[in-house]
Amino acid sequence: MSEVLFMKGNEALAEAAIRAGLDAYFGYPITPQSEILEYLTAQIPKRGGVVLQAESEVAAINMIYGAAGAGSRVMTTTSSPGFSLMQEGISYIASAQLPCLLANVVRGGPGLGTIQPSQGDYFQATKGGGHGDYYMIVLAPSTVQEMADFVYLGFDLADKYRTPVMILADGALGQGMEKVTFPDYDPAARKIAKPWATTGKTPDRERNVITSLYLQPEKMEELNLVLQKKYNTIRQNEILWEEYLTDDAEVLFTAFGLAARIVRKTIQLAREKGIKAGLFRPKTVWPFPYKCLNELAHQVDLIQDIELNAGQMVEDVRLGVEGATPVFFHGRMGGMIPTPEEVLEKMEANLATVRGRNGRPKEDVR
Amino acid sequence: MTEETIIAGFGGQGVLSMGMLLAYGGVIENQEVSWMPSYGPEMRGGTANCIVINGDEPISSPIVSRFDSVVAFNQPSLDKFEAAVKPGGLLLYEEEAILNPPTRTDITIIAVPAAKAAIELKNQKVTNLVMLGAFLKAKGIIKPQTAVKALYKVLPERHHKLIPLNEKALKRGAELVRGEITAN
Repeated sequence: MSEVLFMKGNEALAEAAIRAGLDAYFGYPITPQSEILEYLTAQIPKRGGVVLQAESEVAAINMIYGAAGAGSRVMTTTSSPGFSLMQEGISYIASAQLPCLLANVVRGGPGLGTIQPSQGDYFQATKGGGHGDYYMIVLAPSTVQEMADFVYLGFDLADKYRTPVMILADGALGQGMEKVTFPDYDPAARKIAKPWATTGKTPDRERNVITSLYLQPEKMEELNLVLQKKYNTIRQNEILWEEYLTDDAEVLFTAFGLAARIVRKTIQLAREKGIKAGLFRPKTVWPFPYKCLNELAHQVDLIQDIELNAGQMVEDVRLGVEGATPVFFHGRMGGMIPTPEEVLEKMEANLATVRGRNGRPKEDVR
Repeated sequence: MTEETIIAGFGGQGVLSMGMLLAYGGVIENQEVSWMPSYGPEMRGGTANCIVINGDEPISSPIVSRFDSVVAFNQPSLDKFEAAVKPGGLLLYEEEAILNPPTRTDITIIAVPAAKAAIELKNQKVTNLVMLGAFLKAKGIIKPQTAVKALYKVLPERHHKLIPLNEKALKRGAELVRGEITAN
């Protein structure tokens, strides 16, 4: 294990990318993630690789398309408005089955919005975002350490499934500093062969073609079936989540990323008051851990979902819970952040409703 | 132990750096630490602040709304955060910047003439280090020597020649907190 460093989440992500064997980075600066481009611009010339500030996010994502097609380990990062600009390119990349790592350090929206932390891009990240039937593997870090860890994981998953992988962070995780250690990771040993890459035709094989255009619908459906099969394999194999104090929990919070950190504090406050609260935190928000959540839902009186948006992941929570217990939502928008005390108050009010005045007539409210 | 501190003032007064020294100091002393800046429009010419949490267990939320200590460098920050000090907590402020002093009676209040002390040291920019010295005297979250070590991490190398001056400012700050005032 290497030494303990103290870094911003953005810097930790950038440093991890270099250590994970990043070949090329293309990006366009936007708050609150410009430190990534800044860090890489300072480091890459000394440590090898390409770092390029594109003329726009649209250009950056198409550079990613090209460099990924040529077999390079590539990454771009941006924040919400920039990520919207990239959607067309991401759809092409998913269709052409190219591995790459994308990060959205989300800020408050919609529109040009604000530069403060938000989770308002959950739908865009997990339900497609661009056109057509595709998904990305979406990793949602909750600490600066995970901002680094998910880079390695993201690159490996991208290569394994030939698919874009994204890190869904937020402004606070990007700007805040915490301790971080970088694992031993040998990129040379981890990078896998890419026989499909357009690296120049050799006499012993047909030329490699990377495209997302198939004019015959039969061919296009065939590609879609390949993609869907791949997504099902990912759903079966790559779900990650964390549980915190769920063993004896009567109240379950669901939250991802920064919201999950706030909830951890709420849980401490709740337990000081004798309320047995726990946390279910998806680390992959696509694929979403529906089944594991459903198992927990049966043991608790209610689920309180907390997000920095108007209620997006809560739709997946409800799909997972399947009515097994009441699900409540509380969120703040536009860059505002709920306090642990505010979250506790909301949950307690809902708990009082669910339990009624005497005891807990849980069945009545379901 | 978990110490939740907010340091607030105008952009340019060194509140983010003061927080960073407290945070890096925590790392050097093997604590769990988080440093969360306000990075919004306020840092472009308004109030700036950072929340620093030092603890011996992993930090739950890096963003909190009630604090064991508030360090205020100007009146708007004091007005905004006085009510956010936990009962029994500490409010430490730069004396000259405050026209309307705090009124709470359930917390420890310390006024530090840090700007004046910095001028005596012939560099106004070390006001934040005087404040840090005073804060560490009142709340021993990290050792003063650790703060000096942290300076080597936080200051770019070209400014390392200023470290002896910063060290003096830290010491001066500690002297400004009279012995009988002990915070919780």
